[in-house]
Amino acid sequence: MTPRRKRLLLVGGILVGVGLATGVATMAFRENLSYFYNPTQVTEGQVPRGRSFRVGGLVTKGSLKRVPGNEEVRFVVTDLNRDVTVAYTGVLPDLFREGQGIIAHGRLDGSGVFVADEVLAKHDEKYMPPEVAQSLKKAPGGAGPGGEGKGT
Amino acid sequence: MIPELGHFALVLAFLLACATTFFGLVGAWQGRRTWMAAAPGAVAGQWVFVTLGFGCLTYAFITHDFSVAYVAHNSNSQLPLLYRIAGVWGAHEGSLLLWLAILSSWTLAVAFFSGSLPERFRARVLGVLGLVSMTFMAFLLSTSSPFARQVAELDGADLNPLLQDPALALHPPMLYTGYVGTAVAFAFAVAALLEGRLDASWARWTRPWTTTAWLFLTIGIALGSWWAYYVLGWGGWWFWDAVENASFMPWLASTALIHSLAVTEKRGLFKSWTLLLAVFAFSLSLLGTFLVRSGVVVSVHAFASDPSRGIFILALLAFFIIGALALYAWRAPTLGSDAGFELVSRESFLLINNALLVASAGVVLFGTLMPMFMDAFGLGKISVGPPFFNIAFLIPTLPLLALIGIGMHAGWKQARLARLKSRFLVLLGAALGVAVLVCGAFFSHLSFMTVLGFTLGVFVCASAASLPIERWRRGEHLSRAVLGMSVAHLGIGLFTIGVTVAQSYKIERDISMAAGDSYSMAGYAFHFAGTKNVSGPNWDGVEGEVSITRNGRPVATLHPQKRVYRVQTNPMTQAGIAVGPTRDLFVALGEDIGAGRWSMRLQYKPFIRFIWLGALTMALGGAISVTDRRYRRNPARAAAPATLDGGEAKHGA
Repeated sequence: MTPRRKRLLLVGGILVGVGLATGVATMAFRENLSYFYNPTQVTEGQVPRGRSFRVGGLVTKGSLKRVPGNEEVRFVVTDLNRDVTVAYTGVLPDLFREGQGIIAHGRLDGSGVFVADEVLAKHDEKYMPPEVAQSLKKAPGGAGPGGEGKGT
Repeated sequence: MIPELGHFALVLAFLLACATTFFGLVGAWQGRRTWMAAAPGAVAGQWVFVTLGFGCLTYAFITHDFSVAYVAHNSNSQLPLLYRIAGVWGAHEGSLLLWLAILSSWTLAVAFFSGSLPERFRARVLGVLGLVSMTFMAFLLSTSSPFARQVAELDGADLNPLLQDPALALHPPMLYTGYVGTAVAFAFAVAALLEGRLDASWARWTRPWTTTAWLFLTIGIALGSWWAYYVLGWGGWWFWDAVENASFMPWLASTALIHSLAVTEKRGLFKSWTLLLAVFAFSLSLLGTFLVRSGVVVSVHAFASDPSRGIFILALLAFFIIGALALYAWRAPTLGSDAGFELVSRESFLLINNALLVASAGVVLFGTLMPMFMDAFGLGKISVGPPFFNIAFLIPTLPLLALIGIGMHAGWKQARLARLKSRFLVLLGAALGVAVLVCGAFFSHLSFMTVLGFTLGVFVCASAASLPIERWRRGEHLSRAVLGMSVAHLGIGLFTIGVTVAQSYKIERDISMAAGDSYSMAGYAFHFAGTKNVSGPNWDGVEGEVSITRNGRPVATLHPQKRVYRVQTNPMTQAGIAVGPTRDLFVALGEDIGAGRWSMRLQYKPFIRFIWLGALTMALGGAISVTDRRYRRNPARAAAPATLDGGEAKHGA
């Protein structure tokens, strides 16, 4: 093999490798990207069916329900316009509480209940995830209690 | 009075930083020796006043001066002394002051240890560091003074409970020392561009500083990961969270820089690339500061409150990146390389190493910034999950691991690896054997990726260990640089083994238990004895008791806690962890779910200690190589332009 052919093969090999790697990375990106929707969009059916996404809003006060001794918990998430019931099995995060903003990741079941596999409630009681704060601002009649949110 | 003194000290420090910048940069430009000679004095003065300001804030915390807004928001009369001190960097203003105090210390160290550098070059380095100090002090004084007064409150709002932890008290100083240390490499790079000259001695001056910054960054990231593991109550060690990524990207860039510097020092190659990497590493540190401090990302670190802060940091970021890149575009073409190398040589391996490290940093950057871009352009609010990073990050790092083991043994210019082929095959075969044996004997199942990861980890360890052993057997001199390199790569191997086993064989169960219940997992029986109330200096809580047995023999008794801090009334999970060299058993208390039951998180994490052990071993390797003799060489010789014939290169790192 001449040095020229050797070099050509090398460059070609690198190009194929980089191309393959980029392809795999792009696929991984597409498959693992999840969109955020507010409860209004969820109830109006603007969400993907059979695909996971995130929903966020305030946990309605007094909506947290649990059969005593059962790990499954249900609560209502609202953007002060529409409500979505969320079902979650497992340990809720430390900062989860009623009246606070949360984000849940999961998918919608046939009966309109959002089955979450992950619930996020970071920060202190004054904090609200930016997505939630924004969607509350957009919703009619809801300025939301904690737009400014001093986080820690 | 003391807070005003602190504020005044910071104003003086700002003026001195302006003086350093002026004397350093303008002095070197105009060639005025008296101006250049004044720069180190200004640096020392800046350090004194920043330290004084930092001391004043610490004093305000220790003495509970709740008339200072920052103290009132982040401390409390019941807060223990350790956390009152750590509270100084518990939120935005104070952590920015810590950033500046560390930058001032780095600058002072550079001024102190750079007596042997050429006068003009030294002045330029100090001038650039002064410029960085100056802009960040302007930021601190104009948007985020920690000394702002308010009507005194009776008691403070307390430090965020999550931060009341020894590892987290140490995490910011370590991480910042690493972050800010990249500013030194940046200053050396900009000074070299201004000089229009870059030789082997330049790389030799820059290397110990870069390696030191890198090792602190390594320790800082490891501490953060360890803290997240036992405090957040999820039992994970890395979440691909935007702020974690923010610290990881400069680490990847610095790692690439360390390797590229080695080539520049030994062979006079990759000069422009090295400079570019130094600029990248510092830019990524600034980007990290921006991401973490501006509130564009949601996390425990985001002190979002004032949009003007985000814009200020973004402007600083733009100023340093665009400025440095413009300078680079103008001056870099003058820095030619005059040596070549063969396809199979250490240079090639380091070139591939750099390409793969930069690619991995690119993957992290893409996954971190993409959601923000899509949001900014109204394309929807997305989040990129950990599975993306887990897959995409492996694409460049798996080949990297495979090449580390071989590249370490390659010689400069032209390596004769064919001689070593049989040894690599033996090592690789042995590693594969160990992997299959360990995974097969101790764990239930084998997957391709597990065996691959474990084999690569053992191969890197064995290859790293064989290098010093071989030298020692042949009776050759073993320099600290080579020893440090081997130890750091051994750390990579240990880390790889830890990640592979912990991710492949972890068992995580969210269950509910009543007092007296037992649950079996991974051959261990977890027996829940019940809960009792406990309290600490500033919190009350519930403590569970879980005793663990294996084949009837007691292993450990854990006391996971659910704490509620009295002032902020946030609950916080303190997991109970039985630590072992080959496995951790992790129990976190969830909540009282009625009917006498508690929700609980039980986890079995094999080899997870290898992850942090690996990171600390890497840092140790860095520390060893920094003490190498040639960095302490006779100044006159070190300052002489080094020859590029590779005469001294032989086989060193």
